[in-house]
Amino acid sequence: MANRKDPMGIGLAVLNRIASSPAIDKLGLRKATERAVYQGAKGGFQAAGAAARTFKRVKGSGKPKRQSSAPDAGVFDLTPTEDQEMIVGVVREFAAEVLRPGAADADTATDTSKEVLAQTSEFGLTLLNIPESLGGLSEERSAVTGVLVAEALAEGDMGQAVACLAPAAVATAISLWGTDEQQQTYLPAFTGDDVPAAALVLAEPRALFDPFALQTTATKTADGYVLDGLKSAAVRGSEAELFVVGASLDGESRLFVVEASTSGVGVKADPGMGLRAAALSRLQLDGVTVPESALLGTADDYRECVRLSRLGWAALALGTGKAVLDYTSEYVKTREAFGEPIAHRQAVAFMVANIAIELEGMRLTTLRAASQAEQGMDIGRQVALARRLAGEHGMKIGTDGVQLLGGHGFVKEHPVERWYRDLRAVGLMEGAVLV
Amino acid sequence: MINLETPKKFRLFVQQANQVADNFLRSNSRKYDLAEHAYPKELDLLASLVDGMSDSGQSQGAGAAGVRRDENGDEKGKVKNGTNMSSVLSIIEMCWGDVGLLLSMPRQGLGNSAIASVATDEQLEKFKGTWAAMAITEPSFGSDSAAITTTAVKDGDEYVLNGEKIFVTSGERADSVVVWATLDKSLGRAAIKSFVVPKSLPGIRVERLEHKLGIRSSDTAVIVLENCRVPAENLLGSPEIDTKQGFAGAMATFDNTRPLVAGMAVGCARASLEVVRDLLEEQGIEIDYDRPAALQSHAAATYIQMEADWEAALLLTLTAAWLADNRKPNSMEASMAKAKAGRVGNDITLRCVELAGTLGYSETELLEKWSRDSKILDIFEGTQQIQQLIVARRLLNLTSTQLR
Repeated sequence: MANRKDPMGIGLAVLNRIASSPAIDKLGLRKATERAVYQGAKGGFQAAGAAARTFKRVKGSGKPKRQSSAPDAGVFDLTPTEDQEMIVGVVREFAAEVLRPGAADADTATDTSKEVLAQTSEFGLTLLNIPESLGGLSEERSAVTGVLVAEALAEGDMGQAVACLAPAAVATAISLWGTDEQQQTYLPAFTGDDVPAAALVLAEPRALFDPFALQTTATKTADGYVLDGLKSAAVRGSEAELFVVGASLDGESRLFVVEASTSGVGVKADPGMGLRAAALSRLQLDGVTVPESALLGTADDYRECVRLSRLGWAALALGTGKAVLDYTSEYVKTREAFGEPIAHRQAVAFMVANIAIELEGMRLTTLRAASQAEQGMDIGRQVALARRLAGEHGMKIGTDGVQLLGGHGFVKEHPVERWYRDLRAVGLMEGAVLV
Repeated sequence: MINLETPKKFRLFVQQANQVADNFLRSNSRKYDLAEHAYPKELDLLASLVDGMSDSGQSQGAGAAGVRRDENGDEKGKVKNGTNMSSVLSIIEMCWGDVGLLLSMPRQGLGNSAIASVATDEQLEKFKGTWAAMAITEPSFGSDSAAITTTAVKDGDEYVLNGEKIFVTSGERADSVVVWATLDKSLGRAAIKSFVVPKSLPGIRVERLEHKLGIRSSDTAVIVLENCRVPAENLLGSPEIDTKQGFAGAMATFDNTRPLVAGMAVGCARASLEVVRDLLEEQGIEIDYDRPAALQSHAAATYIQMEADWEAALLLTLTAAWLADNRKPNSMEASMAKAKAGRVGNDITLRCVELAGTLGYSETELLEKWSRDSKILDIFEGTQQIQQLIVARRLLNLTSTQLR
């Protein structure tokens, strides 16, 4: 415990290291890095939502709108629908032409650019799970589309993908579990041109975290709740205008909608080993008073939220895994050793084969979970299996990706070291994304 | 529309297969594991039941012959769940019952799959009702099937076969053997052909039966061919030696049979998982799919991990069959399924024994048996390493001389 640093101490240590790195100057990254360091070293919590909008409360007029579940087609089929192919086609192109080339910069800047975020709003990423009658895209719920989109984005870059998907997670949560009043109050912002930064925050920063045993508490008052606690992995926390957070109410984990401008809400940058473009932050709730209408959904809905979020992470692992597979396949065929491409060696080729095999297994398991979700089936088991595979084999793919490139994999000239850092997140993340 | 549930039209059939497996196979498992080489007579009744279902067109492809890719494209453009899928589903259930006994099912041999895969319509008719074993391996080679030394020499309307075949599943009980032999060793792979050899012919004999680690209820024979004269029309596929096509023709059978063997591993592993889950529950271990694994007991976490890998194996297997049913190339996917299911099946059954301690190790339960049975599933129809080789070559677009 002797060497434990307080947050400011860690910040200074990081600052010292980065300031003395000549690589920054060579790569012309000094500006971006200084900005990042500023974020990371701010020390104390800042009041959140400096620029946050206020959401005009709309009185509910009756029943909330819900997307319907898709009927059980009864046929085993791996063919995406035409709609899905179209959406995924656009997203994949965007991922290849915008996210991938910008990934290294976004990683260094510890943020995703406004332009990139604006472009994803243009595709209507946040609209996927909002009912048509509320300005969304479809009357039918499609978790499969959500998985395919997350996969395609992460093939470009997982960190930016998470930043792009974060507002959609909040919109989806409110669509799925919100009351009429909550839907009418918050969803219009997500269907408009200026989609707010928003974050679904379930995690808390401690070992052996259990989303069903939260330390953040909600205490009932005469006309609402008071929230207290420390949350983590809030995507773009300092930019977020709206949070959906998990808190324990009478011993049960529940969701609450918290506007960033509420007094007592503090955020602090909390960059990690990867997903740096997602600008992960801690969120402090210090006697945050919210109205009764802030409670979102039931305890069962919270459980569903945890599951769908894990499904989102599994989907992200698929995309990054595919990136590793394609990149290493190409590399081992061109890299020569002992007079021939290293791909000609079984020790190398079998590693690539196993990446492909495990990735396909993960993919099918994740798609099955998603298809069960949209058919309204109980997805508990299937999500657990998908998460297990994505966590374990996803990380194995990440580490094998670096291994296949050897020393070249360890340096930032190649993207595999970033994929390694990003893939470590998959098995441990809770919240942030939702499909 | 993406959907990975068991096809609606097969759900009842799968249930029935499960009951059959429970009553005919599982209930006789230990008996024939202990009495190696004894003929499992209970299967005759079952086999005639399967034949009856086949003839009435109700079987949905219950067995080995279900892998034929029928070309009746009456539902063009429509996604099909056909006989490859139902065969795999049926084999999963049967091997949940007992792998060895499934392999002993009369008229459901791998030779039958080979016939179904490559036979002409005339041959299909001619060999209808036969129980065909498959004979590829020889004492001098295993995975390297191009090294075949058994010879077939054309003599008039007949081929004369000479050689020794080992590891012939159902070699004793089957009434014919699909024998792989070379027409001309100097021409390499392209000269390798398969022949349906009825065991009633003079010159073919069973030399001995093997004693094995597992699948003891299935007989594994050494077969010797000495000037065995086989009618020329028993050659499967084309008699021409096409050096361009090489091995592809003969190897096509594997695209159809590997998903079946993957299915065997999936079924066997599920049996272990189910029993161990009950045993764990008896000890107060509850498996919670929502709680992080790190917060549950090691046994529960291990269980979820095994189940996850099992699920991946299952879905890879169904995908390989689905591709075949929809007439899409599935060579790589079949090998992926076989590789994943083979290793996962073995790993799961062994870990289940470990979790159950001496109870799992003892013949009181079937867990120890399943952990012996599963080993062969990562070996026959192409070992784990051969599957990885196939996947790697396809993936990296390398030839067999580049990636050896």
